[in-house]
Amino acid sequence: MNVAVNEKNTTPEMVSQIQKSITQYPAQAYRKEALEAFQKLGLPENKSEEYKNTPITRLLQKNFVFDQPNAAAQKLDVKDFFIPGVEGNVIVVINGVFSEEHSVIVSPSSEITITNLGTAIAGQHPVAIAHLAKYADTAADAFTAWNTATWQSGVFIHVPKGKVVEKPIVIYHIHDTRGGQVITASRNLIVTELNSEVTIVEKFDSVGSGNHFSTLVTEVEVAENAGFNHYTIQNDAGNRYQVVTTNIHQERSSRVNTYTFTLSGKLVRNNLQLSIDGEGIESHMFGLYLVTGDTLADNHTVVDHRKANSFSNELYKGIMDGNSRGVFNGKIYVRPQAQKTNAFQANRNILMSDKATVNTKPQLEIWADDVKCSHGCTTGQLDEEALFYLQTRGIAKETARAMMLYAFAAEILENVKHAELKAYLDQLVSERLHKNF
Amino acid sequence: MLSIKNLTAKIGDKQILNGINLEVKPGEVHAIMGPNGSGKSTLASVLAGREEYEVMAGEVDFLGKDLLALAPEDRAREGLFLAFQYPVEIPGVSTINFMKTALNQILEHRGQQPLDAVSFLKLMKEKMKLVEIDQSLLNRSLNEGFSGGEKKRNEIFQMAMLEPKLAILDETDSGLDIDALKIVANGVNKLRNKSNAVVVVTHYQRLLDYIVPDYVHVLYKGKIVKSGTKDLALELEAKGYDWIKDEVAIA
Repeated sequence: MNVAVNEKNTTPEMVSQIQKSITQYPAQAYRKEALEAFQKLGLPENKSEEYKNTPITRLLQKNFVFDQPNAAAQKLDVKDFFIPGVEGNVIVVINGVFSEEHSVIVSPSSEITITNLGTAIAGQHPVAIAHLAKYADTAADAFTAWNTATWQSGVFIHVPKGKVVEKPIVIYHIHDTRGGQVITASRNLIVTELNSEVTIVEKFDSVGSGNHFSTLVTEVEVAENAGFNHYTIQNDAGNRYQVVTTNIHQERSSRVNTYTFTLSGKLVRNNLQLSIDGEGIESHMFGLYLVTGDTLADNHTVVDHRKANSFSNELYKGIMDGNSRGVFNGKIYVRPQAQKTNAFQANRNILMSDKATVNTKPQLEIWADDVKCSHGCTTGQLDEEALFYLQTRGIAKETARAMMLYAFAAEILENVKHAELKAYLDQLVSERLHKNF
Repeated sequence: MLSIKNLTAKIGDKQILNGINLEVKPGEVHAIMGPNGSGKSTLASVLAGREEYEVMAGEVDFLGKDLLALAPEDRAREGLFLAFQYPVEIPGVSTINFMKTALNQILEHRGQQPLDAVSFLKLMKEKMKLVEIDQSLLNRSLNEGFSGGEKKRNEIFQMAMLEPKLAILDETDSGLDIDALKIVANGVNKLRNKSNAVVVVTHYQRLLDYIVPDYVHVLYKGKIVKSGTKDLALELEAKGYDWIKDEVAIA
């Protein structure tokens, strides 16, 4: 088998590590299936359609030693990473493991269940068992397969019928590489019931100068007429390599808003997939990647309209400086039965340096004949004429540049509903853009 | 106030200004007229500091400073203002925020305190009346979706806010109907005083019925070929530019 795997670009060490980690868990059928899927897929090759602009396999092989245990996490002050002003339930995941010690749940248990996913599955929590590994497709992506086969820990959230969870759930994913390289696979499962509302924030950070590679798979079931808001904040200045895959399954009349902010990291690959599996659904996907240095920020999104009369809107914007690379791929599927679908997509990019690049690709596949769909992508430099105009009013060129970039980014920021979170994100973006006006 | 000597400039390989000489004193209004392609807008652009143009020779003294050595923002901070022929649309930047930033950077340059929100608003309201512009327009993204008249009024509003010592109006009248033209001209006239000056660049005499110039200069092939009083503008309106071209050809 190892020979076959080699041809698929996957080292024997990798497979052996995965096999080893799998034996630590009860022999769940889905893990075995996932491992088989992983072995079949192998890591993406250079020419692989889904990773052709993101040489992830080469970067992993270059920067990581597989078949080596993770460095142990050391004592750390997790509060350093907390978002100021945002009060709510705090979940801390250190090196992929749910930390009971650092997590603080303030919402009443009648309103929401928040627990370690590993514990929930081991304890045969019926909701967790019913939904786990139901939405993430292991046959489609090697990292999803890898994660599904080997995940160790993560967060399980269950919002019962009619519960509106006032306070957000903020999940801090922290990697501690002070002792060396860390490779993790963690998993979230979020299940909402009829008429419920919940907001989840995920923030990624690290301490130490070691390399860390993480896969995170989040499966979300958004029930009928439920509302789900999901924020992803990726601003880790450490040596972060990560693949974040979020599969959101929407039932009729549900509402989803996702916000993905990518500001730092070595390699950040986000797979965001919405399954519009009911009528009267409204989904908004916002993304801002504001990167420099050698960061590679890759957003692959899929909106799959499977039922009629739903609406989706996607706006991703990028500002790339230094040697950074941006990748955007937006797929919209409108199935034959999904008549009267409204699906919109836009991707806009500004390149601030000659060395920065962006690859953007809209991909619409429409089988229904009575739909409204549009897409557009633009890539360019800052408008010199506009800069000059601002300068002729006495505004310094640097300020003029910051004003225009901030205005560009603000179109995403102004969609953030949570006030304290908005203030925090605004500050991050303003600092990055040297906003001084 | 402004002293231009032998100003020569090109864009790419094309020489457009061929030795301009012009003196503007405080309190004066100068009109620069000329046929299309004579270099009128180039002159305005070079004075404001547009990068695409390369000054090959000549000097420009503005209030005792070497204007050509200054960055565009410093020219503005010293009191120069250019009303654009084609004002730029900037999505996401409101006129109000933009003016606040501009005004405060200018004040800072002059060693003055920035305006607080209340004083700024008061000043803005006052100047809005002057050019008959509505606040809802100023809350919107700069010039985005504005009509031609609204864009030009916004230029004059900005001029009113920044109180320049020398304003250059580059074809501010082009494309305006007579009502919009009157509003714009009226705004400019109200801003005039003994210590500031205006240079009006225009293709048509019409504007000069409302902003009455002290001097009229005809620009042709990158040179001022004729100067006179406002009567020269009327003569140009009646006879066109051909006789000027003939005069130049004979000379």
